[in-house]
Amino acid sequence: MNTSKRPNLWLRNMSAKVAAVPMIATALIVFVGCSVWSVVYSFTSSRSLPKENFVGLKQYERLFSSNRWVESVENVFIFGICTLVFSLIVGFSLAVLLDQKIRFENTFRTIFLYPFALSFMVTGLVWQWMLNPQLGVASVVRNLGFENFEILLLSSREYSIYAIVIAGLWQGTGLVMVLMLAGLRGIDQDIWKASRVDGIPAWKTYLFIVVPMMRPVFVTTLVIIASGIVKVYDLVLAMTQGGPGISSEVPAKYVYDYMFGRANLGQGLAASTVMLSTVLIVLIPWSYMEFRDKQEKSV
Amino acid sequence: MRGVTPTTAIGPRGSKPKRILSTRNIVVYGVLTVAAVYWVIPLYVMIVTSLKGLPEIRMGNIFAPPLQITFEPWVKAWDSACTGLSCEGLKVGFWNSVKILIPSTFISIAIASVNGYALSFWKFKGSEVFFTLLLLGAFIPYQVIIYPLVILLRELGLFASLGGIVLIHTVFGMPILTLLFRNYFASVPMELFKAARVDGAGFWRIFLQILLPMSLPIFVVALILQITGIWNDFFFGVIYAGTLNFPMTVQLNNIVNTTQGVKEYNVNMAATLLTGLLPLVVYFISGKLFVRGIAAGAVKG
Amino acid sequence: MNKFKLVMLSGAWCAFALGMVHSQAVELEVTHWWTSGGEAAAVKVFADAFNDGGDVWADGAIAGGGSIARPVIISRILGGEPMGATQLNQGRQAEELIEEGLMLDLTELAEKEGWRDFVRPAKLLDSCTLDGKIYCVPINIHSFQWMWVSLAAYNKAGLEPPADWYEFVASSQALRGAGIVPLAVGGQAWQLSGMFGTLFAGLSGVDNWRKVYIDRDEDALRGGITANVWRAFGDARDLQAKNNTVQNWNDATTQVINGKAGAQIMGDWAQAEFALAGLTAGKEYDCLPGLGIAPVLDASGDAFYFPKVDDPEIVQAQLRMASMMMSAEIQVAFNLVKGSLPIRGDVDMDEANECMNKGLAVLENENNVLPSGDQTFSPDTQGQLEDLIIEFWSDPDMDPADAQAIFADIILDAD
Repeated sequence: MNTSKRPNLWLRNMSAKVAAVPMIATALIVFVGCSVWSVVYSFTSSRSLPKENFVGLKQYERLFSSNRWVESVENVFIFGICTLVFSLIVGFSLAVLLDQKIRFENTFRTIFLYPFALSFMVTGLVWQWMLNPQLGVASVVRNLGFENFEILLLSSREYSIYAIVIAGLWQGTGLVMVLMLAGLRGIDQDIWKASRVDGIPAWKTYLFIVVPMMRPVFVTTLVIIASGIVKVYDLVLAMTQGGPGISSEVPAKYVYDYMFGRANLGQGLAASTVMLSTVLIVLIPWSYMEFRDKQEKSV
Repeated sequence: MRGVTPTTAIGPRGSKPKRILSTRNIVVYGVLTVAAVYWVIPLYVMIVTSLKGLPEIRMGNIFAPPLQITFEPWVKAWDSACTGLSCEGLKVGFWNSVKILIPSTFISIAIASVNGYALSFWKFKGSEVFFTLLLLGAFIPYQVIIYPLVILLRELGLFASLGGIVLIHTVFGMPILTLLFRNYFASVPMELFKAARVDGAGFWRIFLQILLPMSLPIFVVALILQITGIWNDFFFGVIYAGTLNFPMTVQLNNIVNTTQGVKEYNVNMAATLLTGLLPLVVYFISGKLFVRGIAAGAVKG
Repeated sequence: MNKFKLVMLSGAWCAFALGMVHSQAVELEVTHWWTSGGEAAAVKVFADAFNDGGDVWADGAIAGGGSIARPVIISRILGGEPMGATQLNQGRQAEELIEEGLMLDLTELAEKEGWRDFVRPAKLLDSCTLDGKIYCVPINIHSFQWMWVSLAAYNKAGLEPPADWYEFVASSQALRGAGIVPLAVGGQAWQLSGMFGTLFAGLSGVDNWRKVYIDRDEDALRGGITANVWRAFGDARDLQAKNNTVQNWNDATTQVINGKAGAQIMGDWAQAEFALAGLTAGKEYDCLPGLGIAPVLDASGDAFYFPKVDDPEIVQAQLRMASMMMSAEIQVAFNLVKGSLPIRGDVDMDEANECMNKGLAVLENENNVLPSGDQTFSPDTQGQLEDLIIEFWSDPDMDPADAQAIFADIILDAD
């Protein structure tokens, strides 16, 4: 009885299962399989080619004693925190301003969002040119009579990472604004009526009523920005190539350099494993929360 | 213009403006204008620089409009800028990018739309688990999987070929696109689906005859998303496409990092603009749909 | 370099190539990282000769220097979709690829043409050899240990041009006073680490250099001579332009050519840029091998490897290319443009300029010849040293003594 039903059950929905094969293959082979492979080989002393000579935690010890890795991690933190804070504040503020029932809303929105359509390569090169200490904006200010004016972002160790922040914000803030605007438009109109009746000033309504209501939007935006931050690579390559010195190096570049250029695959994989763990530490609680929320909704 | 039709349900919600020249309006428009200037300046500087001759650039005012407009940098960037021996400009990269873009876009959208459809109407045991894994995959730093993917592509005989880079774009486009389609199809009334089932329509017929015709907007959104995403890719192109298929972004990087004699800022800026041209055009034409795409893909997730 | 002679040479090679039996034209993709004006002109000599032989040279130049290009090249070879031929540093990384059986064995061709008989210095061929088999074609002799001085800059400042590094440092204040940047520097890591190596070889002499780089002797590594080198590197750090954003080496060379900078420490390939700009050695610029202190050169060079493929047609074309690069005519033509020395002992360099002759004189004494870093350390160790060197260079507060300590640790730890 049972045995005759089984194949039926299996065959039911067959087309859907076949159609889902690419998705399943991508999820299992690429995302899970390849990640596991990388983690496993991060415990080996592989050079140009993967070899199964396991050396325990040696690659990790070296990783964390490397100045360049430490600098890279610091940089990604600075970049990340600045980007998060500024893009959320500026993005939200712009969204609120656009939500004031203004003229030319579309024009403004188009202007704020267009850099998002560009590649990091393009963004990086543009800002490299803007911030060029000899011929860029600095020279214009000098010509205005401030002869000692200098913009040292690109050529200074301390500030080169902020040059990358500026370029990153220019490209990404528009996205945050759009997400926030969508969130604002999703707020129930009755809230506004109620707060107006109660005589609560608009800014208070935004800060204490609307923002808390938009929590899911903020969280999603946060996750989107954060996942972009970890991957930052092209922008650094285009703007500073990690320099001056190692002052604007980032983890993604460390991985790439060690994997291919410096023929120390094990070291590159160890670094990438650390990146992966960091992402998972943030991601798992978030997805758990999301999942739980959805469960509650469906109940 | 959505802003001037206050009767629509999705119109802006702020308290209503009273006078045109109120303090509030001055502040709102003032701040927005200042911000807009900040956002426009780099584009303006790019255009202006690309139209100047080198002597004029060395005078050092990047904001000044060109005294004498020259299109030579554009011609050079497109046609004859050098990397090593090949002085063929960006056009090679442009056509490579087109060759990568077209199959990658269509294949990735075709697969993801069917996936999304299966996930909304034909759930099977484990389908949600795979979907969750797929979504998590979108957040994995690429660096973790680039090396094993090199091996994988090598075994498939696809490394450093057009097929290889197309496969890579299909794989990495899958999470966000599947999510996009799944969310869209989830909003289609189940009754419609059930009625079709009663009529005896199967998996493919429902998809092709019922859902496809009513889903044009979401396909356009996906198209925009993929066109800009794939065109702007640098990282995958440099690793998986192979030297002969280098996309435009990689070629751009090659050209700006090559100097033979003097550094030609104007040519570099023209090359940069040329590379950004297609996504910009797509963006300006698609306008609202672009916004909808990223908002839908992101917020509803 | 006169054009007529180039044409003649290519023509001669063409006739030679046509004499060889081969069935059909084959397109070979050739990857390299030669993108400056002088370099591209030199590659063109190869490409033209190969094309004249009836094959097709598909140029795959990758900009940004070896550190950008190498990953692309290596991943291509590892990915099983190799190019027809590629520039690659000899040494440890290439060794690993050879051990995996990914490179074409050129021994048969080398024996037939008698490479061992005419390649000078012989060690160039040795560095292409693994287990008695030859895997690459050395194409030139390059050395990093040169300082290029702009006579125009010194004239402008009303100073005597320096004869060595110490005089240069002494003159730097006066140069600055005349609005001239003393030292032109490109920020890429390989340039800074090459500059460090040059200071090391020049200031500490061959003996200490060997103790440090070959014997990895702890006393020498932590000793006073090495400390002097780090201090000198610290001096050099102060001589670069304020807020320097120059990246490419040839952009820095351009500053020397224009007289905007006093000098640059760079390999002899810089000469190709001077030549391209129409400058004459001894007249508009001067060159100081070994920084004018110790006559040492590392006599390394560039080499081409040919990844292994199955198609016999392609293998034949690869061998044709290898043979072409090694041929006497092409060696002369290529190296005159590249600013390097030919690897054959049996060709005339009548047209060699003053700087080339200075180099030839130094190389006559075997004791002046250093092995290059590629052969002494793995790319991994070199990378760590590069990181240290660029960190030191960009951080004016980093103490030479601290840097020396890390330097010693890295080398003592090296595999």
